[in-house]
Amino acid sequence: MSINKELKHEFDAAPWNGSTKRYDIVKEGTIALVFVLVFTVGLSLLMGSPDDTPLTFKGWAVSNSDNFYATAVQELAGTSGTATYGAPYNKASDGLNLGPLWLQKWVGVTRPIDSVNDFVISPLSTQVLSGDIANALSTWNAAVETQKQAWAKAYDDAIKKVEGNLASVPAGAYGPVPALAKGLTEMAKAGALDAALLSQGGFFQTDNTKQILFFGDGSYLDDAGTAANLQGGTWGMMNETGRYPGQAWLWLYSFWYQIPPFNNEESKPIGANADAYIMAMMGVLSLGLILIPVIPGIRSLPYKVPIHRGIWRQYYETQGIKRRRK
Amino acid sequence: MSEMWTAKLRNKWQKNLPIEKLLPDDQPAYVASWIYTFGVLTLSALGVIIFSGIILAFEGPAWYHTSHVGKFVNSLHFWSVQLFFVFMVIHLWGKFWMAAWRGNRFATWMTGAVAFIASIATAFTGYLVQTNFDSQWISFEAKDGFNSVGVGAWFTVTNLGQMLLLHVAFLPLILGALTVVHVLLVRKRGVVPPIDAEPTSLSEVKR
Repeated sequence: MSINKELKHEFDAAPWNGSTKRYDIVKEGTIALVFVLVFTVGLSLLMGSPDDTPLTFKGWAVSNSDNFYATAVQELAGTSGTATYGAPYNKASDGLNLGPLWLQKWVGVTRPIDSVNDFVISPLSTQVLSGDIANALSTWNAAVETQKQAWAKAYDDAIKKVEGNLASVPAGAYGPVPALAKGLTEMAKAGALDAALLSQGGFFQTDNTKQILFFGDGSYLDDAGTAANLQGGTWGMMNETGRYPGQAWLWLYSFWYQIPPFNNEESKPIGANADAYIMAMMGVLSLGLILIPVIPGIRSLPYKVPIHRGIWRQYYETQGIKRRRK
Repeated sequence: MSEMWTAKLRNKWQKNLPIEKLLPDDQPAYVASWIYTFGVLTLSALGVIIFSGIILAFEGPAWYHTSHVGKFVNSLHFWSVQLFFVFMVIHLWGKFWMAAWRGNRFATWMTGAVAFIASIATAFTGYLVQTNFDSQWISFEAKDGFNSVGVGAWFTVTNLGQMLLLHVAFLPLILGALTVVHVLLVRKRGVVPPIDAEPTSLSEVKR
């Protein structure tokens, strides 16, 4: 450090010995608090706050019965988004990676979810079922795993072949799967599935993971998100429902999802692993924010861009200090 | 007596942060811009957030769905958070353009920046515990980001109980502690002198 720089550093660090003025810190704090209170109360009275009613399985099964039914079949066949997700729910896939770092896979299954039993069989087992569905459940429980998979896979393929038009599904060796899907749809329509998915046979529960994941496997949640303009591709991460401001402070995180290669899932390796790359980048950028004072170039910007001349205009004028080019 | 830990701590505190610094009645004349008000405005908004948050905590996360009073308190909480971030971001930009880390103020900058990041985490968990459609949507979407880097194995955004505890207990404690340290550092170090202001002689520095 040169003598001048050292001197300047000591000057900046030393208690101010120049001219001062009166300052009532308590009064300033009180005025600021009153100002914020008045502003907040005014906005609250005028605007309220967002409160769109949460979606329910009853709403899904009633409004789009076929989609719910087809999703139930996917859960049984192990082809749904949850069933094929990977860690931390299961080992069905390796998940995303950051180049050679397979962090998602390496942490393993810490929140195990078995879409067949957790989403379909266990909830159905909590109900008093009609004869055909009770029989289907018994048949399913008595069958071996390979048989269960063969029934469910055949029915899931058949539904996909007719693009979800259930009336057009040809007859086939589907075993008890159609009856089980029908039973779960009726259960959802009656409003019994939401609580059954949460409780999983217990009493106290505060973990909604199974409900949320099951929702995401169908089109109901996705359609609602699109209608509310909340999709990630349209800055959804920082949007709020209705006319309310959302998490605008997530703008930089949302920004990456709007540009290539992050907005193209087909683009490998970055687009296909966009979530992981964006999280890592935001981690690095956050560290960068903390360390700005030691990052060459960025730490010099305040000297080069004369915004400080406006902030301390009065001081510079009274002291007759001209700008120095650093 | 002087060997006592308590006495040592008290002496150190009194040396570094005497009451005149903690509650000053004067300040450098160069503190003459509206930009300086955004620090105290941020603190004030945080005060309203904590006050409205405590009321909401007493009644539970679903109270505001069914009560007009609850809806009003929830709105206070919501808007004070919005104002908090507006004030804080302006404060942060202001401090950046002042190069406010000069003169041994790196720790002041660092605690402020970490508090900003902690605020984002706290607000994010707040959006997850709204128990409305938005929290359903955010938790479903956000889980992929956290899962993709392994964090989701422990930080489960779809777990309302976990998010609620983090939002009302753990994260406010962290944010509160960072804020207290940040403010104490500001009081200890004082407001950074203007860029381009330099001592005219060594005697001006060596006081």
